[in-house]
Amino acid sequence: MTVTFPQKGLPWLLLLPQLLVTAIFFLWPAEQALEQAFYQEDAFGLSREFVGFENFIELFTDPLYYQSMLTTLFFSFSVAILGMSVALLLAVMADRVIRGKLAYQTLLIWPYAVAPALAGVLWWILFDPSMGPIALWLESAGVDWNHYLNGNQAMILVVIASTWKQISYNFLFFLAGLQAVPRSLIEAASIDGASPFKRFWTIVFPLLSPTTFFLLVVNLVYAFFETFGVIDATTKGGPGQSTNTLVYKVFEDGFVGLDLGGSAAQSVVLMGIVGLMTVIQFRFIERKVQYS
Amino acid sequence: MHKFKLASVVVGMSLASSAFAATEVEWWHAMGGANGEKVNEIAKSFNDSQDAYSVKPVYKGSYTETMTSAIAAFRAKQQPAIVQVFEVGTASMMAAKGAIYPVHQLMRESGQPFDESTYLSAVTGYYTSSEGKMLSMPFNSSTPVLYYNKDLFKKAGITQAPKTWQEVETTAKKLQQSGVSCGFTTAWQSWVHLENLSSRHNVPFASLDNGFGGLKTELTFNGPLQVAHVKKMGEWQKNGVFSYSGRTNDGAAKFYSQECAMFTESSAGYAGIKRNAKFDFGVTELPYWEGKVKQPSNTIIGGASLWVLQGHSKEEYRGVASFLSYLSRASVQADWHQFSGYLPITKAAYSLTKGQGFYAANPGTETGVTQMTTGTPTANTKGLRLGNFVQIRGVIDEELESVWSGDVDAQTALNTAVKRGNALLRKFERAND
Repeated sequence: MTVTFPQKGLPWLLLLPQLLVTAIFFLWPAEQALEQAFYQEDAFGLSREFVGFENFIELFTDPLYYQSMLTTLFFSFSVAILGMSVALLLAVMADRVIRGKLAYQTLLIWPYAVAPALAGVLWWILFDPSMGPIALWLESAGVDWNHYLNGNQAMILVVIASTWKQISYNFLFFLAGLQAVPRSLIEAASIDGASPFKRFWTIVFPLLSPTTFFLLVVNLVYAFFETFGVIDATTKGGPGQSTNTLVYKVFEDGFVGLDLGGSAAQSVVLMGIVGLMTVIQFRFIERKVQYS
Repeated sequence: MHKFKLASVVVGMSLASSAFAATEVEWWHAMGGANGEKVNEIAKSFNDSQDAYSVKPVYKGSYTETMTSAIAAFRAKQQPAIVQVFEVGTASMMAAKGAIYPVHQLMRESGQPFDESTYLSAVTGYYTSSEGKMLSMPFNSSTPVLYYNKDLFKKAGITQAPKTWQEVETTAKKLQQSGVSCGFTTAWQSWVHLENLSSRHNVPFASLDNGFGGLKTELTFNGPLQVAHVKKMGEWQKNGVFSYSGRTNDGAAKFYSQECAMFTESSAGYAGIKRNAKFDFGVTELPYWEGKVKQPSNTIIGGASLWVLQGHSKEEYRGVASFLSYLSRASVQADWHQFSGYLPITKAAYSLTKGQGFYAANPGTETGVTQMTTGTPTANTKGLRLGNFVQIRGVIDEELESVWSGDVDAQTALNTAVKRGNALLRKFERAND
């Protein structure tokens, strides 16, 4: 069914606010970044030189850039998978609770209100090798925790700190998804003698797949783009290069190092990656998703 | 757009109405906490001392944030008259000739009495042109020193603070025998263990007089002295003489908790240590390698200076000049030095502080000053002037960490750091030539 408008102008007028927001906050900066990527200029913008693809060539001949890509992929998938599994588990359990349901749900949603950098600082304190309670506990359990030196431990720390606050968000969506699963289906399956485990994997989980798919996209984009606050507050990309993700590198080179051309080129690459990722997800993964 | 215009008219009118009283001079700074309050106090006492100008300090966050917002403001033609920039930003500021108003020129053109010889050359040297003219006004400068836990020293039967790195090693081993788990830790590793290590031994950190001679400078900190030091530190990390605790000054926690008995950190860390250390502590000069140098040279400074930006009225600049003169007064300087732990910038402030008996009453507070004013600064000890220095320090941090973790040997790590750092220098040269 298509809705038709009497005048030609009205639909455009209704679209205008959204189009304006997109143009001002997305298209314009993207165009600026694209332009900037082909120039080298001093920090104050006093002189500017067109350098063609030089900023890109420099990026793609730098082995550290590829290393950072691998780090980012590992980091992003760890955050997405860990965040979604924990959230699903919590949502399934919260869905079963009858008494005090609202209290549980509210408490689980709380961490989402914490700013990323603050979440970073919180976990940084908990894991501080000389005074953090978790680090001290690990030490007494025989684990030598020092994320200042050990790259793998630093990675674990940033994954946990980034995942923690995303769990609330995922939880909210999973819970809503679970509540939308028709009770009659589950009851029918119970009457047929399906165990709770089987009911979950054959009925609930497939019905949740649109939510799962949506969250996968959102979580990957979150891990790719919004985690620099956490990384800046905890490891600053170190030790060595072990937690230097692509977006943190953009922030470091552009904001701290004032290399605008180089960091713009990196942003353009990131734009490309996220576009590609979305296309792949919608074309290949979405086919397996059951919407209703 | 119209709304913006309207808003700016309103803002403009309200600014104009206040301008009848006094010309306002905006000062962006990065001093948080107690030092930030002190900055407000200094501005207020200046404003109260006369009625032609009114200095308005604005806290802009960390050093990086302050510098970046000033640059962004400059690009949008909204820059403050004065901005505080950390020492590693010096080359970027200097290279931006159309953006800065050199302090020596400002003072002359505003008719303020200004004698560069009254300032401590070890401090101002970092911020002067190759002709020796002051480009910015030093505000808060510090230099690295060694803090040590006197209680733990006593327990281990050590009576003297180590002067050399050899003594640091033997001292740390004695401490370990008495049950201390770590000898020393450090803050700001690149600043203390490469930049100041080089100046202490009068060895260049970069070619062309550490970059003072021009943008073509190349890093040279992969020489035998630096490699030997970093190699030793790598060994010490393994046997507990040294314990790495991050890129900034997080190591303070290990010193406070008495896990580490010694701590190489900025002289400006004194106030924090005094507040947090639940033990008796001492301050001594930054160690040097015996046999590598006869008489250790002066250390170089860290901290920040005040830069004046272009694009303001003559009247405002007269206000800026008069404020900078006020800041340099011995009484104002001495008060700031004693309150914050940063170094005094004039000889008069130093002797005033001494005369007031401050150093005698607070042992250790003079260490940084005497160490920094040892002898006359040479081309290797005047300071560092490197473009993209913030990123170069990041590179150094990364490469040093790979030595501490035992992944790479010292020579390879420093070679890589030099190579990556030089690429950043070439990039800076190109953008600013």
